[in-house]
Amino acid sequence: MKFYRDLTIRQKQIVWAWAFLAIPVLFYVVIRFYPTGNAIVISFQDWNLLGERTWSGLDNYQKLFADPVFWQVFRNTFVYLLLGTPISLIVSFFIAYHLDKTRFMHGTLRMLYFLPFMTSAVAMAWVWRWFYQPVPIGLFNNFLASLSIPQIEFLNSTTNALPAILAPAVWAGLGFQIIIFMAGLRAIPQSYYEAAKIDGVPWYTVLFEITIPLLKPTIVFLVVFSSIGFLRIFDHVFNMTTNNPGGPLNSTKPLVLMIYQTAFSSFDMGYAAAQTVVLFLVLLGVSLIQLRLLRDN
Amino acid sequence: MTFGRLKAMAALTATSAAALIGTAAQAVEIEYWQYFFDARVTAMEQLIDNFQAENPDITVTMTHFPYADYRTKVAAAIPAGEGPDVVQLFYGWLNDYVAADLIQPLPSDAFPASEIDANFFPMVQAMKDGDNYWALPTAVRSLALFYNERLLEEAGVEPPTTLDEMVAAARAMTKRDGAGNITQVGMTMGMTAQDHHWWREGLIRQFGGEPYLDDYRTVNYNNEAAIEALEFYTGMQDGDDAFSQVGFMDEPQAAFKAGRAGMHIDGSFRIGSLNKQRGLKWGVTELPATSDGTRSNYSSYWVNAVTTKAEGEKYDAAVKFMQYITSDEAMQVWLDVVGELPAKPSVGMTEANANDPVFGPFIRGLEYANTTKFADESGQRQLMVEMLERITLQGMSPAESLAIAAEAEQKLLDDYYASN
Repeated sequence: MKFYRDLTIRQKQIVWAWAFLAIPVLFYVVIRFYPTGNAIVISFQDWNLLGERTWSGLDNYQKLFADPVFWQVFRNTFVYLLLGTPISLIVSFFIAYHLDKTRFMHGTLRMLYFLPFMTSAVAMAWVWRWFYQPVPIGLFNNFLASLSIPQIEFLNSTTNALPAILAPAVWAGLGFQIIIFMAGLRAIPQSYYEAAKIDGVPWYTVLFEITIPLLKPTIVFLVVFSSIGFLRIFDHVFNMTTNNPGGPLNSTKPLVLMIYQTAFSSFDMGYAAAQTVVLFLVLLGVSLIQLRLLRDN
Repeated sequence: MTFGRLKAMAALTATSAAALIGTAAQAVEIEYWQYFFDARVTAMEQLIDNFQAENPDITVTMTHFPYADYRTKVAAAIPAGEGPDVVQLFYGWLNDYVAADLIQPLPSDAFPASEIDANFFPMVQAMKDGDNYWALPTAVRSLALFYNERLLEEAGVEPPTTLDEMVAAARAMTKRDGAGNITQVGMTMGMTAQDHHWWREGLIRQFGGEPYLDDYRTVNYNNEAAIEALEFYTGMQDGDDAFSQVGFMDEPQAAFKAGRAGMHIDGSFRIGSLNKQRGLKWGVTELPATSDGTRSNYSSYWVNAVTTKAEGEKYDAAVKFMQYITSDEAMQVWLDVVGELPAKPSVGMTEANANDPVFGPFIRGLEYANTTKFADESGQRQLMVEMLERITLQGMSPAESLAIAAEAEQKLLDDYYASN
């Protein structure tokens, strides 16, 4: 106790701060950092979950880079990202921009847009999966057939399946992005708009010179957030293709699903861990690049 | 109620319960684990009740959890000295469980190998190592052809006994809308369900091939017989007179349950869920033979084993429990509740069971069934799924697609046996 008594007030404050921080720090170390470190270690080992772990050096990584499925999956993951992020951002900004100006039933409309975000992704994926089925049960194809238009293979196609799965995923995330955009729009001081009005500036100049530049922090946040979301897409894909996860012919398989399958259906933990490390590096890289590109000058 | 009082009450109940059991005998408690499947849990509860009535000094606690977590939890629990004394596992996992030291062999005095060899269906011998069995099943499963009675009647056809009759019956039951879209299939198809087993152990052998050599370590289906078998299979959805469609109504069993499919190949475990389907009149018959009468079927099973955690009196109790759940009585319970077939011909082939309109076709199928030794069942199934997709979605020829699948599966097997 003498030690504590001799401390200055400032030092005592630090001791107390750390005392309170100890719990979350411990939590993070045990729940986050330890498994992360462990995953990196396992990626250099061979382990089937039941037997001994044996060191295998860089074998898992060599196998990964030589695996054509991995490259296909890598490409799919980036297609999800490069289609999903811009589309969802543009659509949600468009809706937020107009919703912000709407007074009629504002609350109800906002609630309707937010509703899909609150819905369970699993339930939503299954409903969409049934929408996409061929005749006689698929909603879309039944509609086409009733107009005598040939059926479209949505999920049972190597080219259409990925966009078909992405669509509900984008839709589900809109609600959240709209709310964030609206908060951003509300935070822009009205005086700028009043000044623009007095100067008689056209609406598009207001949009591109005032609104969007001042929304930059919001946009940065949403780009990073939604990119990470699309890079980690799993539940929509898995639930819409459970019979043949990531199929047909791996055309919809994202990296996370490949990791899941390698780990929990092939029980090749080392190989799965190597994939996880690659995903981690990709996420880190993409986030850092985006933060740098979109940072305030 | 305060926490203190609750605790006091719990302590009181515990002591009085202990006192009650204490007067009876030295109680042994063993734990049994299986994955969750409604009928299996019900059947096991019934077996445990019967067993405890016979052995009042042993208590069996059953734990079950979803299939997806099953293997992970078993692997984590046993080495830690937790978890089950008797555990259920898929026959294909045996090598992994033995290598990981999770289970111990059954004692040869209680389970003499010669007797088991003589009494059980021969496929069970895959569980034997020298004079000891590692594990034993209560029940086995095989495939059969389910048919929708109402649709057969409507089309004026009989349940088929040969592949040709099957094709003719399926054509008669197929319906299309004005635009030519199929709205009712004569026969379901899709490698994601049980068809990959039918193709591997059924069709290939019926067309004169042998799918694997060298105790299922060498792929042997990249040849004429298998190409013919595959062409027969993909032919079901080819051309204007197609009578099947991959992915029709999302899942084959869903189409059959909804009454939109005339015929469907599935395992005996499907019986329970079909019985629950209101308004569906179905029957079942053996897998169709070739015109010269060749038949082949696929069988698989789940086994029970004593884990390395069980020692001393728990080990004795576990062995007793194993004896009970592999007894004739237990097999009949399992058949009646789950619909899985007894693992002993003496129980399965009774007059009543073999002539049962529902179980009969499956039980007769066991006589000519083969059991694939999988290295990674879902991985090997996936290769069959992709083989079919290359043909249906990318227009590849069956021979070419088959060659790719054979090469990929051989690689998978080589990798597996190299590291195990």
